Order: sequence, then C-alpha cells, then structure tokens
Amino acid sequence: MAASADGQGYRVIGTRPIRHDGIDKVTGRAKYGADYSFPGMLYGKVLRSPYAHANIKSIKTDKAAALPGVKAVVTADDLPALADKMEQAGEQAINLSQLSANILARGKTLYDGHAVAAVAATSPHIADEALRLIEVDYEVLPPVMSVEDAMKPGAPILLPGLRNKDEGPEKQTNVATHLQFKRGDIEEGFKAADHVVEREFKTAMVHQGYIEPHNAVGIYNADGHATIYCSTQGSFVVRSLSAAVLGMPEGNIKVVPAEIGGGFGGKTTIYLEPLSVLLSKKTGHPVKLTMTRAEVLRASGPTSGSTIRCKMGCTKDGKLVAAQIWMAYEAGAFPGSPVGAGAMTIVAPYNIPNLLVDAYDVVVNRPKTAAYRAPGASNAAMASETVIDELADKCGVDPCDFRIMNGAKEGTPQTAGPPYRRIGFIDTVEAIKSSPHYKSKLEGRNRGRGVGSGFWFNVGLQSSAIVNLHTDGTASLVIGSVDIGGTRAAQAMIAAEVLGLDVNDVRPLVTDTDSIGHTDVTGGSRTAFATGWAVYEAAQDTVRQLKERAAKLWEKKPEEVAFSNGQFTAQGDGVKPMTVKELAGRLARTGGPISGRATVNARGVGPAFATTVVDVEVDPDTGKVEILRATVAQDVGKAIHPSYVEGQMQGGTAQGIGWALNEEYFYDDKGILRNSGLLDYRMPTCLDLPLIETCIVEVPTPGHPLGIRGVGEVSIVPPPAAVANAIAHAVGVRMTELPMSPPRLLKAMLSRRGGAESQAAAAGR
Amino acid sequence: MAKKVVVEATINGEQTEFLCEPRQSLLEALRDVLELTGSKEGCLTGDCGACTVIVDGRPLCSCLMLGVEAQGKTVETVEGLAKPDSLHVLQQKFLEHASLQCGICTPGFLMSAKALLDHNPKPTEGEIRYALAGNLCRCTGYDKIVRAVADAAQTLASGTGQGRGGRLGSGPSASEQTERFLQGQEVK
Amino acid sequence: MHAINYESPRTVDEAVKLLAAHGEQARPLCGGTDLIIQLRAGVRRPEHVVDVKNIQEMRRIEFSIQRGLRLGAAVPCIEIYENGDMRKYYPGLTEAAHLIGSLQIQSRASVGGNLCNGSPAADTTPALIALGAKCRVVGPAGERLVPVEDFCTAPGRTVLQPSELLVEFQIPSPARNSSDAYLRFIPRNEMDIAVVGVGAAVTLDLNDDRISEARIGLAAVGPTPIFAREASQSLAGKRINDEAIERAAQLAIAATSPIDDMRGTAEFRRHITGVLTRRTLAKAIERARISPTSR
Repeated sequence: MAASADGQGYRVIGTRPIRHDGIDKVTGRAKYGADYSFPGMLYGKVLRSPYAHANIKSIKTDKAAALPGVKAVVTADDLPALADKMEQAGEQAINLSQLSANILARGKTLYDGHAVAAVAATSPHIADEALRLIEVDYEVLPPVMSVEDAMKPGAPILLPGLRNKDEGPEKQTNVATHLQFKRGDIEEGFKAADHVVEREFKTAMVHQGYIEPHNAVGIYNADGHATIYCSTQGSFVVRSLSAAVLGMPEGNIKVVPAEIGGGFGGKTTIYLEPLSVLLSKKTGHPVKLTMTRAEVLRASGPTSGSTIRCKMGCTKDGKLVAAQIWMAYEAGAFPGSPVGAGAMTIVAPYNIPNLLVDAYDVVVNRPKTAAYRAPGASNAAMASETVIDELADKCGVDPCDFRIMNGAKEGTPQTAGPPYRRIGFIDTVEAIKSSPHYKSKLEGRNRGRGVGSGFWFNVGLQSSAIVNLHTDGTASLVIGSVDIGGTRAAQAMIAAEVLGLDVNDVRPLVTDTDSIGHTDVTGGSRTAFATGWAVYEAAQDTVRQLKERAAKLWEKKPEEVAFSNGQFTAQGDGVKPMTVKELAGRLARTGGPISGRATVNARGVGPAFATTVVDVEVDPDTGKVEILRATVAQDVGKAIHPSYVEGQMQGGTAQGIGWALNEEYFYDDKGILRNSGLLDYRMPTCLDLPLIETCIVEVPTPGHPLGIRGVGEVSIVPPPAAVANAIAHAVGVRMTELPMSPPRLLKAMLSRRGGAESQAAAAGR
Repeated sequence: MAKKVVVEATINGEQTEFLCEPRQSLLEALRDVLELTGSKEGCLTGDCGACTVIVDGRPLCSCLMLGVEAQGKTVETVEGLAKPDSLHVLQQKFLEHASLQCGICTPGFLMSAKALLDHNPKPTEGEIRYALAGNLCRCTGYDKIVRAVADAAQTLASGTGQGRGGRLGSGPSASEQTERFLQGQEVK
Repeated sequence: MHAINYESPRTVDEAVKLLAAHGEQARPLCGGTDLIIQLRAGVRRPEHVVDVKNIQEMRRIEFSIQRGLRLGAAVPCIEIYENGDMRKYYPGLTEAAHLIGSLQIQSRASVGGNLCNGSPAADTTPALIALGAKCRVVGPAGERLVPVEDFCTAPGRTVLQPSELLVEFQIPSPARNSSDAYLRFIPRNEMDIAVVGVGAAVTLDLNDDRISEARIGLAAVGPTPIFAREASQSLAGKRINDEAIERAAQLAIAATSPIDDMRGTAEFRRHITGVLTRRTLAKAIERARISPTSR
C-alpha cells in the first residue's frame, strides 16, 4: 500500500471520496420515508389531546368514520393490552405497556399532544377534517410541569402505579428512580478544598430539531405479514417494538429503512409505525402517516429539562478534590430520562477523588423524552464545566491548564465501571490550547472567550455485514446501519481498504430487517465503531475465502498465500500474482460465488472526549449574544472519512450553541405548548453561526482493528458551558439558566450593574 | 369538496399540466401529484426552507403557495438542476465539500443557493449566509454549506462551467480551508 | 385544510364584488405567508380565497418627488427592496420589508398583507406610521383613506369590513433633509417575529441642527402597532442632542403596554423600546443629514 499523508499507510481510510449516495441526495432522487407512495395508498392522521393532564371518559368515532373518504378510525382499544415489561430500544430500556400508551393513550392523557385516536382516509386533508369529528370527553386534571412541582408532597400523581425504592411500595410518587454514585469521602474532600463553588442550574427542555418529521408507511398483507417503510435510526428496533405493540410475531414484520432526514437519537423509538400497520390491517390498503412540525414538537421525544445543584472544591493550586451533585431530570409523561447518563458523565473528564451524585428521574406532564445526542450529558456539563471555570478563575489558572492538571487519563477511575483505558481527553485540551483560535488575541469590548469539555461513553452493541463479490471484481457491501451522516461511505472505505479495491468499486447498501442480520441502532456513536468492525471482519472473511481459491489455482495451501497491496501472492515458480479483480473472474471454477460475512457484539468501546472554545460578543443593552468564533477538538480514534467526522463535530457544536442561546420549550400555566413551530422554537440559522473550526485528535481505541472511537455525539456536550463561560468573561455575569436568551442575560447584566452602582453609591463615589 | 383545477405551468423547463384541489399547496402538487419528491416538507410554516423552489426566478417556500397559483408560472425544483450527464456546479461542490449529512435540507439549500448566484454571482460570506438564512440545517452547522456555495461562485465566475460526474480524490482539510477562507482566499 | 374555492380577479372592482358576494366566507390571498398557515391550522375557515396578486393596480410602485409614493398593497417585499427609489427615498420602510423574514418569505409577503393580518408585531407597520402613510381602502360603497396608525384595532383585527380591500398605501413625498429608519430586536439574526420594532422618520432643519418634525412607530409592544405621539411631538423643534433623544425614548416607553410572552417579558420589551428608539432615531438622523432630498 502506498504511504499516505498520515503515515499509517492507509490507502483509502483517511481520504475524502464523494459519498456513494451523494448524487441521489443532491438531485432529489433519494427516497426518504415521506417520499414513498404505493397504489391505493391511504393517508393517516392522529388526533391529539389538547390538555396537559386528563382522564379520557369516552371517545366517539362514528361521525368521523362516516365522513366520505374515511376508511378507518382506531383507538387504544384496537391495540392489545400489554403487561409491564422492559425492553431495549436504542440506548434506553423501555416499558412496553407505557410505550403502547404513548402511541395511543389508554384511559389517561399525560401531555398536550398525547395521541388519542388515528384515522385513515383517501387524502390527508380529509383525514384532517375527520379528526375534527372525533368526540373525546376529557376530565381535565391539574398539570405538573416542573421537577420541583412533581417532587412536592401532595403533587398530582401522573402514573398511579409508579413506585420507587426510596419511598416504598405503598407510596404513589412522580419520582421514578433515584440513583446514587459515590467515591471517597465527600465531607473530607470539601475540608481539603481552598476554593468551593456551589451553584444551582436550570436547563430548559429542548428538541433534537431534525428537519424531517416522523413518517411511516405500513402495508399489511392478508397472510398476517406486514412491511413498514419509515425513516428510523433503528429498523430492528422498529420491528421488535412494533411487533410487541401490535401483538404480532417479530418475524412477521419487515422494516425497510428509508433515507432519514436527521434523528440525533429522537428516531430510535416508535410513534407512527404501529399505527401505519394497524390502519393498513383495518383498511386493506397501504397507509402513510407523517407528523406535522407541531406534532413533532408536541408529541415526539424532546430531551429533559433539568435542575442541577453542583458543588465543587479545589486546592489553591487548582487541584480538584471534591464534587457533589444533586440532579433531577424531566422524564416526561413516562419514566426514562437520561439522568443516569447525566450522573455518570458529569465530571467524567476529571480525576476527582471524592464524589457524590444523587440523580432523580421525575415524571411531568410533558412528552416522553427520547435520546438527544449524548443524552443527559449537555445538561450536566453546563453545571460542572461552568463551576470548574469559576474555580479556575479563582485560582488564576488558565482554563485549559486547569483541565490538563486534573484531566482523566488511562487508569483514572470512572464514576461507574472500570478505570479508563487509553483515552484522549488531555489531547483534546492540548489541541485547543495550541489552536490558531486559542492563540489569537480576542480584542474589543463586551467580548469574551470560554472553554468547555465533555465526555460520552459511546456504545458497541451488535452489527452485521455481508460482502458480495461480483465477477468483475467489484463488491457490494450489505449492512443494516441506517446512514444519517455519511456512514455508508465510511463503511465502503473500510471494505475497500481491506480488499485492496478502489472505494468506488465497493457499493454500500443499507438494507431491511430480512436481508441483513441483526444490527442495532445508528446512534450511540456506534456505527463506525461497531458496524465498521463488522465490515472489517466481513472483508477479512472475503479475503480468507479468496486465499483459498488462489491456493486452489496455484495448488498451494491457503496458509501459503499472502495478500497485500491488493495482490495475492505465493512463493514458488510459475505463481503469478493476482488481484482481487482477476481472482473474481475465476470464482465459478474454483468453488462458486464468494460472500464474506461477519457479525459483532462489539466490546471494548472507546469513550469520547471533546473540548470546545468559543468567542462571543454581548450587546450590553439588549443581552443578545453573537458567536464570533468556535473551535472544537475531539478524540475520534481514527477518522475514516475526515470530512464527515468534521461534519459531526460541527453539527454537534451548532446544536449545543442553539441549546445555549435560544432553544427552549414554552409551556403556559395550563401546560399547553406555546411554541410548537420553528418560528418560536428557535434553532440557529446560517446567519447565527460562524465557520466552525475542527481539530481531529486521533488516539486509537485499544483492541479495535482500526482504532475507531465513536464520533457522533460528544461534540454537543461542551458548547452550552463554553458559551456561558465566554459570556462570563465578556460581561462578568455567571449564567445558571439555559437558554441564555436575551431577556435572561439582560436581566442578569442589569442586576449586576445595578448592584455595582449601588455599591459605588454606598462607597460615596 | 371543491373540484380539482387544471393548472398549466412550466416545470423544470417542461410545459406541464396537472390537476389539483385549490387547498393543495404547490409543495403537495409537486410531491403528491407530479411525484417530484425532491422538495421536502419540514414545517409547513415557511420557517425551515426545506420546500424551497424557484418560481419566476424567485426563491420561495412552496408550502406557502397554493398549487393553483402556479398557473402560467415557471417553476424550478431540485430535479431540474442537473443535466443528463453532469451535475450543476452547486451540486458538485456540495458533494466535494461534504455539505450534506442526512441530506433532507439539501434540495432547499441548492435552490436558495442557485437563486442567490443567479442574482449575485460574487457574494461575500455574509451575503451567502443572509441568502441562506431561510434554510435550516440541523446536521452540519452550515460550515461546509457556506464553503460549497462560495466555491461554486468562484468556479462559475472563472468560467470552468458545469461540474464533473462525481469521482474525486482527496480535498484539503477543514483547517486548511478555514485559514484560506478567513484570509479571503479562494476556497478549493 | 377544509375545501376552498380559489378565484383570481384582475381588477379591484372584480375583487370587491367577490368579497361583497361572499362576505365572511371570503378572504383575500396575497403572499399567503400568514393566510395559508391560518387555513391549515383551522384558525380561519373561509370557503373562498380571492387572490389579489394579479390586480395590476395593487402591484405597482409609483414614485415621484412631487407626488410622493403610491405603493400597491400586494407588492412583494423583495420588489420593494429591489426598487431604487424605495431604497433611496424610503430606506426605513425598505429595510423593514427586507427584515420581514427569509428571502423566501420576502418573495411572497407584502406590506399590505403584513398590515391586514393585524399583528401588533408586523415589521413594516411602524415604518409606515413613521412616514405618515395612509391606507386606501375600497369597498362596495366607495373608497376611504385610513391613517395607518388607525388601521389595526386589536390583535388580528383591523378596520376592514368583510367586503373591503386594502388597495394601496399613499405616502407623502419626503421633505427636504428627511429620512427614515427601522430597527427591530430579535433573538436570532433572522427569521424571528419582532420582539420590539421601532420605525422613525425625521425632518431636520440643518441650518440650526434641529429636528423640525419626527414620527415614531412601535411594533410588538401593545395590542396594536403604536404611533408614539408624545414621543414624536417631543422632538419637534428640538436641538439634536442626547437629552432630546433620551426624552423621546422615555416617552416611547411610556406609550407601550407590552405583555409577557414567549418572545420576551414586558420588562424586557420596555427596556428594548428605549434602546431601539435611541438607535433608530440616531440612524434616521444620520440618514437625513445626507438625504437625497437635501440641497
């Protein structure tokens, strides 16, 4: 293999080819879930509760069913009643009866937008009109909208059967879980501290904000089999959860993953999929359902708002000695917030001997939360990374140096689990420290620079891959990992690298649940790591089989055949080296077609770290924040396709900035969502961001054949804190609430100025 | 139910006739009637730009125009950008710069960018960002999109014409590109 | 959406006849950037939609230094921005039209539609108020001229009767040494509804460095767009200095009755009204000093 720029001798890995699905995507040919159409297809729509908390006394559907063009109306009565049972979906465990109740409410609605009924009709407009004719009799109950209100004694109870260990089997509660993590002795720890900072933070509920709403087309056949076309991050999850909700055998459902318009964790569960099959069963036609943007915001799964109390102490030299955290996360209508991940990721980049974390999962009358890119970690980092910034300020230590001094390395204990193996946290800090951005001087009034760091575990889980070798020496690569951000190109690059082929001679194919072995979600930063591993092994399996064929042709033993630089060779006279192409043309005569395959349950995941620096300018009269410059450094193990790795880093940074500045759910005092549209759910536009500089740091994951670390998530963790720290350095206020929208920041600045003025007045100046 | 109306319009250069109900938007007419599913629905309120098409030379959100309003008008969608054997420069640059991750916003961005370059062949970074402010992207942070549009503008200005079919070797790294861009040099 | 009928009259007369025939069951359609959203949400359910964009009289921009400006109510904002006379002589109204949303929105949205939607946050309305614009309304019984500051009566409501149509705006010719400006506060840099909008037009007496006349319009700080009469009058005849500007800003704040909502608190809006009034006046004054109407 020719030596490449990075010195590791890769020929394909590390280059930037055009992605294989690129032309379809830039010409509009690529089919996303909502683009599918079938003959006789009907359109489904969902009726949703207009109340935050209500009992359903009755549902009358006859008028809706009688509207010309309406072919079916369904409610929870049309789904089997399920027993309480936990099942894995993406990175979370799910209670199936609660999942079903989220898909169609059973007896009780728990948030504004909770699905109550669904119709199928010959046009989406008729379906919409039919919803107006469904009569639901609600008994409205008082809403509980915040963790504080939910945890108060006497709070209205959302789920009468919910219990937690602390409060015992008899006590109705809104607290689903209390987790605790400990290390060392927290009291002794704080005694050793010269500086202590303690703050309380509130972060607002935010949404992943994928541009493509949820969709599903269900086709039920008379033989009891069904096919679902949908945009999902996990076709196998859709299959298993839909089968459970519908009461069908899993093998009777085939899920065909369409192209997907963003997910960020929000499309690792199900909403419309079982409804599409149910309505198809009732009507005998394919049925397409799509969510409107309002439905996406009201009724899919945003991530938790939270309240976090964070107390940390360090010596006067800046050595962290203790951290104590109390955190409560909104689970939404059903248990399952990412508070556990929040508890395990907070302060994870640091070596702190004494730690106590109390974490609470609390139900409230908001939509059931779903994963959002490193779920739980950004909330937590907002607290810990700003407290750390204050401590660094108090010690007079540069924020990067503070992190290097306290940084976790190989052997540092984790909050839960074994000590770290080889990791790249300090490398990311050093990359920021030596970046052109950090080295540049930031000049001007009301401008400040802030640093933040973050951690994410990443996951391994299961993947399958098949390499089909064609007689012309090209290969098709079959995988089950949905491609959200360019991963199919990276998979093809791995296969091409191993097989000695040109990257354009490997055709990656993302396929359905019948055509490939079990593959877990595209999420958890696992696709390059785990599916890449499966692809690597499948390609190696292909090479092994090819060696056997070469051996046959040369009358040698397979162990005597070598493969390198795209050539098969063996010692001996008359042995002419063969390329994969040449050998591929001789498969029939040597035993038949070759398919290489591999499955993995990937172990030894390498966790990810990111460090981000942001420069801001604050308008002192309005509280508006301009992001002047942003640089993110992330340890990616090995960047297979650097452009798409950069893309992940930039995308997460942009989402983190939106989370920091303007994104939040506004519920009124009745618990109704006021901003269920993209006008008032304010995500950053092109005009709100600068170019985002990236530093790819490569510290290989031990044990992985290519050293890959997951890249997709961690970049969203540092930015809220980095922006908060930059604001603090710009105008001297420490913000403890997200988002740091202009009204909040202005109020904080005016208080500070008012305080300063009255201090000055008191001092007689 | 109001009867369907016959609408005559020029769509991607072709004289076209289609039937739609007055309540169907241009977006629905394109996607559900004409099967041109390249334009996407993201919000239905004109806040995301995923449905952007060009009508009589102006970029607009097809979700906020009725299909019947297209009568007598010229409509350009993403499906009309490429020639049979070559991509539009913008499409080529989006691929080279990895300006798409999930790709759902890409058709809308391409149309807004085309409308920009049709009116202003030498936009500054600020002008590019302003022209694209009506298109939301959640995946990329816009960085590689802005670079691609700037690069396309340069390529068109230097007269090297339509893009190639799609094979390419390595490009410069993002930091190299950043330094050049920030210094006002051309982005390759 | 419920079923609708679509009509596209070619003249004002035809349009008024249609509106009169259907009354509450008809709604004029201009850019659609408000109406289509409302139709989908079921907020409005008229049976008939009357497209006014093919009425030439409502699409024209006619300007002369002698007669001033007649701006068709259905002119899309982007055409205002592209019109040389608009940019030169009415820069504040032009920049308001350019701020109304993305370029996609500007290709469709019109100043007339913006006003008729009756939102107190409409961007172009303060600029129109500052310019002393009059609205030419045509109905079955005849025509009337309504000062733009009187047009909106409550959130979402205007003086228009069901059969009436807003046809054009009549704006006086800019006086010598005058100009206008519009600024708004939004949390992002584009795409948001104004949290506060301030339009100001000033006429200067350059010999004496005074403001001869000023008009200030406010958006999003009351149930309707506001003509800040006292703030405006406070500047008449005043020397241009910080004190006069500050006084006007305080009076502008006093004219507001903002609410707390998800875009801002009342407290925030009052503060920003002051900030933007200062900034908008400063901009209008700077422009007036070098205005094309100066000798």
